[in-house]
Amino acid sequence: MDWTFIQEYIPMYVEAGELTLTIGILGIILSILIGMIASAIEYYKIPVLRQIVSIYVELSRNTPLLVQLFFLYFGLPKIGIRWSSELCGIVGLSFLGGSYMTEAFRSGLETVEPIQKESALSLGFTPLETMIDVILPQALAVTVPSLVANVIFLIKETSVFSGIALADLMYVAKDLIGLYYKTPEALSMLVLAYLIILLPVSIIGTLLERRLRYAGFGN
Amino acid sequence: MLVLAIDAAREPAISILFRGNNFVRLLGGLWVTIRISMISAVLSIPLGILFGIFMMRKNPAAKAVSRVYLDFIRIMPQLVLLFIVYFGTTRAFGINLSGELSAIIVFVLWGTAEMGDLVRGALSSIPKHQYESAAALGMTPMEINIYVIIPQTLRRLIPLAINLITRMIKTTSLIVLIGVVEVLKTGQQIIDANRFAFPTAALPIYGVIFFLYFFTCWPISLLAKYLEKRWKN
Repeated sequence: MDWTFIQEYIPMYVEAGELTLTIGILGIILSILIGMIASAIEYYKIPVLRQIVSIYVELSRNTPLLVQLFFLYFGLPKIGIRWSSELCGIVGLSFLGGSYMTEAFRSGLETVEPIQKESALSLGFTPLETMIDVILPQALAVTVPSLVANVIFLIKETSVFSGIALADLMYVAKDLIGLYYKTPEALSMLVLAYLIILLPVSIIGTLLERRLRYAGFGN
Repeated sequence: MLVLAIDAAREPAISILFRGNNFVRLLGGLWVTIRISMISAVLSIPLGILFGIFMMRKNPAAKAVSRVYLDFIRIMPQLVLLFIVYFGTTRAFGINLSGELSAIIVFVLWGTAEMGDLVRGALSSIPKHQYESAAALGMTPMEINIYVIIPQTLRRLIPLAINLITRMIKTTSLIVLIGVVEVLKTGQQIIDANRFAFPTAALPIYGVIFFLYFFTCWPISLLAKYLEKRWKN
């Protein structure tokens, strides 16, 4: 191990890690928003939109992110839609993540028995109150574990951004291997960088799951 | 020659697929992807079953070892694992692994970990009273496993294992980044070779690759969903 080399190139990894994280976080926030809207459409069985949601979910879940990104980044500019690789990364990640989040929210909402909704409505709750005070807290307990799993999955998926020339962690590692042939150093820093990013998320997720394991009425 | 090129440019870009054997080449590229994922799946399912049973052992050392293995494999992006095997082994051991072999090694390591965790989950989801009731009925431990535990475990396990196969096919798309010539690389080659005749070829080619992946994975996902529903309870 060449420690001076490692010291010299830590800033490059920090910068790349920041880029990975920024795009990852933006993508995750958008995915959660898409997931909320799409699962609400499915829950309230809104016609037409519901069919669109199910087509979207199937398309996005059954194709790899790298192929989606290639289409967005190399394909779409040919019909005049040009975007930077950063924007493309965010859009691609949200397209992929949105469907995973939809499934997570949907499975949460499904576990709440219909009797919960009916009882709340007959007690005089408005539909909005029923949703916020009765259904969501119970659904959340089921959703959080898969939500956390999805967040980790999406951060891991950002590693394919190097395929569309984004200077992320993979890109830096590959660069250092190609330029200086410092393979062990570059790879150890790469592993370390992902551990630093992902371990806390995984630990917070486990703690959160324990805190929320309270619901489960009506079954 | 120039006239020819201009004429060709007027053709819709999608017709590039029907030029020569372009579409067959793409299918050939897809086959490379599918073959690698199938080899990895076939190897990692039995290994994963063994690993899952190993994880159920009460021995603290066995638990610690399997925990570290599972967590490391799960937390690292698969592309990082590919880089470690593809670039790392060359330096560390001086052996030169081909991209395909590195991919199979990584997907078997990853598939074994994921499959093992599914097996462990399925085994521990069997309530204790199933063992006890079977024993109370006078079944031997062997009979308990064969007639009571394994059939129930399989019903929970098979849909999840099928889903793992689709994940494996999707993940195999990454191998283009370590230089394996598969469907995306073949697509790039077709686009580059026709840069002048079909300047907008990237759109239909990547669109077709998108749907090739979709029509490979979607039926498998549907099967998993169907089995899951059918075997519920």
